[in-house]
Amino acid sequence: MTREKPSFRDELEQLEAIVRQLEDPDVDLDRALELFEEGVRRLKVARTLLEQSELTVKRVLQDADGTIRTDELER
Amino acid sequence: MADVTRRARQLIEAGFDRLWVRGEVTSFKSYRSGHWYFTLRDAQAQVRCVMWRGDNQRLPTSPEDGMEVFVHARPTLWEERGEFRLTVKQLIPTAEGGLWQLQLERAKAALERDGLLDPARKRPLPPYPERIAVVTSPDGAALRDIVSVLERRWPAVELWVVPTLVQGDGAEDELCAALEMVNALPEMDLAIVGRGGGSREDLWAFNSEQVARAVAAVRVPIISAVGHETDVSLTDLVADVRAPTPSAAAEAAVPDRAATQDRVGALARRLARGLGNQAELGKERLERTADRLGAAVQRQVEARRHRLEGLSGKLDALSPLRVLQRGYAVARDEAGRVLKRAAQFSPGLPFRLELADGEVRARTLEDDA
Repeated sequence: MTREKPSFRDELEQLEAIVRQLEDPDVDLDRALELFEEGVRRLKVARTLLEQSELTVKRVLQDADGTIRTDELER
Repeated sequence: MADVTRRARQLIEAGFDRLWVRGEVTSFKSYRSGHWYFTLRDAQAQVRCVMWRGDNQRLPTSPEDGMEVFVHARPTLWEERGEFRLTVKQLIPTAEGGLWQLQLERAKAALERDGLLDPARKRPLPPYPERIAVVTSPDGAALRDIVSVLERRWPAVELWVVPTLVQGDGAEDELCAALEMVNALPEMDLAIVGRGGGSREDLWAFNSEQVARAVAAVRVPIISAVGHETDVSLTDLVADVRAPTPSAAAEAAVPDRAATQDRVGALARRLARGLGNQAELGKERLERTADRLGAAVQRQVEARRHRLEGLSGKLDALSPLRVLQRGYAVARDEAGRVLKRAAQFSPGLPFRLELADGEVRARTLEDDA
């Protein structure tokens, strides 16, 4: 039941943290390059999520024994 | 007299709690002071009523003679006239809602007492929800509206529909159970409870005190969206956000894609600029290092030059020419040999004296001359 998708919020928060570190003039160039590369990766994930066009809709069901499960809702 | 009426008033006030009374309004009069005086009667009895300005000014309008109303009132006695009367705190016409409205007012008062209507309870909605629970009918217009708004605006979410009846027998219990189930769902960020428009009676489950309490007990921020714009339901009052329609609830639930694109774009620019600045800084550092290196080399060269000059000075000092400059002369014979001892100067010997600026020819004087 856990999420399979990366979290937009996490990506955005990480990206902001990376940008802040990169903007620190004391960071050395090797580290800056690392940060930049990671930032680009996160940016890509965030943009993919932004461009996602398919909404997932599930129906919550409860079995007789109280177990909760979900199935795809027909639309 | 005064003693009797005062004791009667005390007895009456002590003997009654506030109560709801239904009756027909007659002899209604609104005074310049803003207080209302009227009589409430039914087939069997009548009683004088007063509703103070502070209590009646919240009402949209005053009642008319002949209108049937519920009043929430405290029985008392007007001592000066020895007249039994009701001090009315609330007045609700029975038409247009009537009993429904009365029930709503009672439920609202109960929620208010328990602090569930306190604005301080309201939680902010998460900026980027990923999993949203919707408590509604799986076949209703509300769900269709919510799905279509999310598809357009922010499809990067999972919508979990918790199915429930939203009207008719059993709707209240099902709504409560569904709301309770939201608390059992994993990693839920936000919930929406609601339904599309309908008659007052259709929407009534959302004015149930029990359902309102179930909404208040949901552990994630919850949006209530009941009906179409007009009436505010009890669930609206206890939810963190009230949306006038299910579509509006979906709009409130997710971020705006364009605004978020801007935000991501701004981060991308800062990222690029950040790296550019770092590269620039690196270059400057490199240049500073090169300058320092150059300066060091320069210093070395300088030191060597000084040393060389020092050495050449010494070399100069050793040259015979420098000795001659101090006033010494070198004597050489005709063959150019240096004459160092007096014995070498035999009488009459011609020789040359070498001075700093030239030569002088000379001869040793004869003995006894």
